[in-house]
Amino acid sequence: MSAMLPPTHGVAAFLARRARWSPLEIAFWVFAFATIWLFPGKHLILTETAILALFALSLDLILGYAGIISLGQAAFFGLAGYVSGLLAKYGIVNEPVIALLVSGLFAAALGFVTSFLVLRGSDLTRLMVTLGVALMLGELANRYSNITGGADGLQGVTIAPIFGMFRFDMFGHTGYVYCLIVLFVCFVVVRRIVYSPFGLSLRSLKGNPLRASAIGIPVSRRLVAVYTVSAGIAGIAGGLLTQTTAFCSLDVFSLERSADLLLVLIIGGTGYLYGGLIGAVIYKFLQDWIAGLTPQYWQFWIGLVLVAIVLVGRERVDGWVAAARAAIVRLGGRLVARPAALGS
Amino acid sequence: MLTILFDGLAYGMLLFVLACGLSVTLGLMNFINLAHGAFAMAGGYCTVILVNRLGVPFALGLPIAFLVTAALGALFERTLYVHVYRRSHLDQVLFTIGLVFMSVAAVDYVMGSSQQFVLIPEALQGHFIVFGIGMSKYRLLIILICGLLTVALQLIIGKTRFGSRLRAAVDDQRVARGLGINVGAVFAITFAFGSGLAGLGGALGAEILGLDPTFPLKYLIYFLIVVTVGGTSSITGPFLASILLGIADVAGKYYAPKLGAFVIYTIMIMVLIWRPQGLFGRSAVR
Repeated sequence: MSAMLPPTHGVAAFLARRARWSPLEIAFWVFAFATIWLFPGKHLILTETAILALFALSLDLILGYAGIISLGQAAFFGLAGYVSGLLAKYGIVNEPVIALLVSGLFAAALGFVTSFLVLRGSDLTRLMVTLGVALMLGELANRYSNITGGADGLQGVTIAPIFGMFRFDMFGHTGYVYCLIVLFVCFVVVRRIVYSPFGLSLRSLKGNPLRASAIGIPVSRRLVAVYTVSAGIAGIAGGLLTQTTAFCSLDVFSLERSADLLLVLIIGGTGYLYGGLIGAVIYKFLQDWIAGLTPQYWQFWIGLVLVAIVLVGRERVDGWVAAARAAIVRLGGRLVARPAALGS
Repeated sequence: MLTILFDGLAYGMLLFVLACGLSVTLGLMNFINLAHGAFAMAGGYCTVILVNRLGVPFALGLPIAFLVTAALGALFERTLYVHVYRRSHLDQVLFTIGLVFMSVAAVDYVMGSSQQFVLIPEALQGHFIVFGIGMSKYRLLIILICGLLTVALQLIIGKTRFGSRLRAAVDDQRVARGLGINVGAVFAITFAFGSGLAGLGGALGAEILGLDPTFPLKYLIYFLIVVTVGGTSSITGPFLASILLGIADVAGKYYAPKLGAFVIYTIMIMVLIWRPQGLFGRSAVR
């Protein structure tokens, strides 16, 4: 019977099967939203985690799927952070959601422009160019301190209630729900992109750009597109940070921010979408814990984790992650298969 | 005007001594070592401890800083770096950034986060006035030492047997191995020597660049600019690039202090767009 169907049907079915939401994914998001009620006292740190997760997701898109090493993702994060801060401060766009979209668009525009720089050269050149762009913006923000507040940071930002209804409270409840929803929406968009034929072409291009272009994939255009999307998402993360903290300072552009981001993604694993999210949770947990032990020197332990991960081998760490995932799936399957056993 | 040129020259020479080890390791092993600045910092702190606390004369402190950092470099190379050469660039970046973070926090823990100064002997303080140009004695010393080192390096690489082995290994590692050159040993020696030079640069530069625990992060970008703009195939490229960078930076800070490093980053990005292999490079990093 399948022989009667046009060959594209099989492809469509294949793509649809790949893109199906697995029970584990659904459980993940149910739990994520359940944290709103489960940990009401932890909403401030959870907000930071959600923003970091979104930021890491943007890096995963270009690193895990397109294979571009970037040390300058903070450029988009920072630009959008300042844009959304300025929009709110001067009352240009009062509605937070629209302001967030606008700042995301600004970041995407910057991503589009700078993507042409990333197309050329080796890994090292890319590293330098992405890092250079972020540092350049940092210098600019420092130079025009009459607009950005310079080293003191952008102060006097008041964020209007979302849709005119939900006011940002000092415990961060509104902020967390807002961030979580934005994270989920962005995640669904990225997921859609990754499982589309476009996403598949990115994977092939990461594997071997020469062969990818030989089978008719426009390599440069795909890279420009994915870099722009990734910049936009990084920008939305930056906008969220400003909106939830009502503050923006020069360190949004710092090298440490980009480097930490790489670490987050490496902890979680690259190239399967949840890496950034899981990495962000683990990273924030670690940071909170270590900073509690040695407030000043937690950077040392973060560095040690990085060195250890590389020496052990990322493949092996990814293997452990995969094994843990498989174990959870098995466990989940057993629980679903024997619901009665749970009750007794 | 000429004073700026002079200061820029001193600064550029210093950058070259700091970064030339990095350019050779990058060219030789195609290894991205972001932790190079950590060795420079080690040299700087070593001098601070020797000169300020133990009262060792400054002239003796410098060679000791070189030796200590070289030994440190050799130790790290043999125990840690050697495992990472064959990994992807991403792994190398992660690994060396991790080392940078660790070094920053460790130095902060041991020495405190305040800025350190090396006590410079009286004889080296003050200025000469030559043809109406004010020249600081210390900067003159830096130019002298770095100039001599550059000439020595050029001779070692150009004229000695080790230099020809090194050049062969940079040009084509596989063929060099095939000819019986022990590339691993060549690399270990070069790495240790490069680290030592960085340590010496850090010791000399503590006065001009400032020395605090964030040193490796603050100057990382400068080292990388020297290497990427200068290319990795010779030491002439990085040398010219550092002189250019030094003069441009000093002039930029003098004429447009508020723009700060913006000019430098812009120039770097322009150069990399125009020539991704660097101004003086022959081929891209493989």
